Amino acid sequence: MAAAAAAARRVSCSLLRRDHRHLLPLLRPFASSAGGQPQLTVETSVPFTGHKIDPPSRSVDTNPSELLSFFREMSLMRRMEIAADSLYKSKLIRGFCHLYDGQEAVAIGLEASITKKDAIITAYRDHCIYLARGGSLVESFAELMGRRAGCSKGKGGSMHFYKKESGFFGGHGIVGAQVPLGCGLAFAQRYLKEGTVTFALYGDGAANQGQLFEALNISALWDLPVILVCENNHYGMGTAEWRAAKSPAYYKRGDYVPGLKVDGMDVLAVKQACKFAKEYALQNGPIILEMDTYRYHGHSMSDPGSTYRTRDEITGVRQERDPIERVRKLIVSYELATASELKDFEKEVRKEVDEAIAQAKESPMPDPSELFTNVYVKGFGVEAFGADRKEVKAVLP
Amino acid sequence: MLGVVRRKLGFGLLSATRVLPAGSVLPKKYSTAAKEITVREALNTALDEEMSADPKVFLMGEEVGEYQGAYKISKGLLEKYGPDRVLDTPITEAGFTGIGVGAAYYGLRPVVEFMTFNFSMQAIDHIINSAAKSNYMSAGQISVPIVFRGPNGAAAGVGAQHSQCYAAWYAHVPGLKVLSPYSSEDARGLLKAAIRDPDPVVFLENELLYGESFPVSAEVLDSSFCLPIGKAKIEREGKHVTVTAFSKMVGYALQAAEILSKEGISAEVINLRSIRPLDRATINASVRKTNRLVTVEEGFPQHGVGAEICMSVMEESFEYLDAPVERIAGADVPMPYAANLERMAVPQVDDIVRAAKRACYRSVSMAAAA
Repeated sequence: MAAAAAAARRVSCSLLRRDHRHLLPLLRPFASSAGGQPQLTVETSVPFTGHKIDPPSRSVDTNPSELLSFFREMSLMRRMEIAADSLYKSKLIRGFCHLYDGQEAVAIGLEASITKKDAIITAYRDHCIYLARGGSLVESFAELMGRRAGCSKGKGGSMHFYKKESGFFGGHGIVGAQVPLGCGLAFAQRYLKEGTVTFALYGDGAANQGQLFEALNISALWDLPVILVCENNHYGMGTAEWRAAKSPAYYKRGDYVPGLKVDGMDVLAVKQACKFAKEYALQNGPIILEMDTYRYHGHSMSDPGSTYRTRDEITGVRQERDPIERVRKLIVSYELATASELKDFEKEVRKEVDEAIAQAKESPMPDPSELFTNVYVKGFGVEAFGADRKEVKAVLP
Repeated sequence: MLGVVRRKLGFGLLSATRVLPAGSVLPKKYSTAAKEITVREALNTALDEEMSADPKVFLMGEEVGEYQGAYKISKGLLEKYGPDRVLDTPITEAGFTGIGVGAAYYGLRPVVEFMTFNFSMQAIDHIINSAAKSNYMSAGQISVPIVFRGPNGAAAGVGAQHSQCYAAWYAHVPGLKVLSPYSSEDARGLLKAAIRDPDPVVFLENELLYGESFPVSAEVLDSSFCLPIGKAKIEREGKHVTVTAFSKMVGYALQAAEILSKEGISAEVINLRSIRPLDRATINASVRKTNRLVTVEEGFPQHGVGAEICMSVMEESFEYLDAPVERIAGADVPMPYAANLERMAVPQVDDIVRAAKRACYRSVSMAAAA
């Protein structure tokens, strides 16, 4: 018991040790960009740490509309996840529900550095990545509630969101499986000479999976344009990183593959690192990014998230490192909007989410005939059977 | 032996007239002295033609490139298509299978070779959870046009870890198609169909068949030749008992049929070709004609392919059965090494003959024998 408490303190101390009191960045004079928008240069919270690579500069170029859009998108994601929590508790969402609140900066910073022709693949904590890739709130909530307006027509559920036309390949339930799949996406991009890259996201728990190292070895041998992004929220389900990994320096685990450690709560740092990684991967093959991030919820809705970490740790991160608060302070300090304008923004976001939920609730459940659709692309008129095959059967088109 | 070949020849030509691949021109005349090719050549030419026809098709696996293939199935392909399309992988099935499936997600058409299907177990999560189920979970967004191929089942003297038959396991899973060729015609037609198919296909070959030659018609040799998925082939017509089999066991069943014919029992031998989808219509039509059934497979008996066929016949053709269904399968033990024990662990022609006789003379009860 004492050992567990000491361990929890050890983790929370390491998280809080980063000095985040200087949230007001070093201000650079405004420079006008060609488009007439003032360009801002902001320093990341901490410098990047490189493994076998010179890290990029911690000065990140941005502009007012980008910062405001970051605020808006992250608030939307935050609100969506919190609403999903309530829906789960009222039993409108069933089964598994893995929430991303706290990690929004990774999804948004990544999206800001790439195009929809680049590919992203992740595991089951996928609602916000889906949104960042252009998915809608209605399709998201409808899928969570198993309705036909859902992005997977209600047949996938929380862990199986996809948006292939904007390069989002899911949504995977098996820890670590998405990493070789992501390397395969990169293989195809290189095979077809598309000049695009794949970001394969995984957690600190998945970072120990053997198939990850198998795929990384092949990717390095074949120079595949893949970026492995470890979203290190420090807990693999209920197990703290130091109890699961002999070496929790995930950005170094690629050994012969270079890596970068990034403050995953700083959206500008994420953007800078991903931009850097994309350029690197197109020329040289795989690179690993470790995003130092945090999830406020437990692993899933069936995990309170407080048996293996202290409430102090959680509130500490919320106070010191919250990604939305960081951007809010930036916006206010640059006078791009007032605090009360941002509060109004948030009210709008809340309203938008509530409306989406109402609309999703109106969507009916899938038609019973959907039980048998999409088993195959081409079914040849084969028969498929229900539980009582004399009662329920269908022909697969 | 020659008699069997002649009969197969007849059927080869007959099936050639029935199958009309779309868009191909029927050759003006058939050469009556049919060409013979080995199953190995059949697979090699099928791969070659499909890679030539579609630049998205590529081959990956251990030793497929510079070594020319562990069993020489991919001989010459590296030289012809280059290292971007014929890829030697490290010995890491989970990793390279996942990469293959990911490439299929993006729209390429990978052919992933397992040196034997025993090693596919290292990658089985990707075959089932990443490939088979994706089209369904994504409601049609993510299709997976991939082929997993390689030798399946027992070879000779390779022991317990290298001899398992995976037909029942893979055919269990909705979303997969599972094919198993017997002859060179099967090998060509089914592999081409598998590569062209938009769904994940598990293609179960047999090492001991690679070197066997079968006559093939000009139509089979044409590059547009393709066999339908989900259709069994009646290798030999008969009246008294239906014998179903796939892969190597088809050869044994045909030999058994020859022996049975000399004792006045006319066996109808069905080459399943497709384990999933299973051609229930052909099997049931045959049983309704013969009223008796023997299922033959090399794999372990419990929950095997024969069990599914038996149930299908029970459900659809119960009134037509004049005898209980007989099941011949591998012994319910891990494959032993010693030659005599190995022989007992795999079905032999005698076993099929005996079971067919039992199905036909059910009145000769075991009590009488005891």
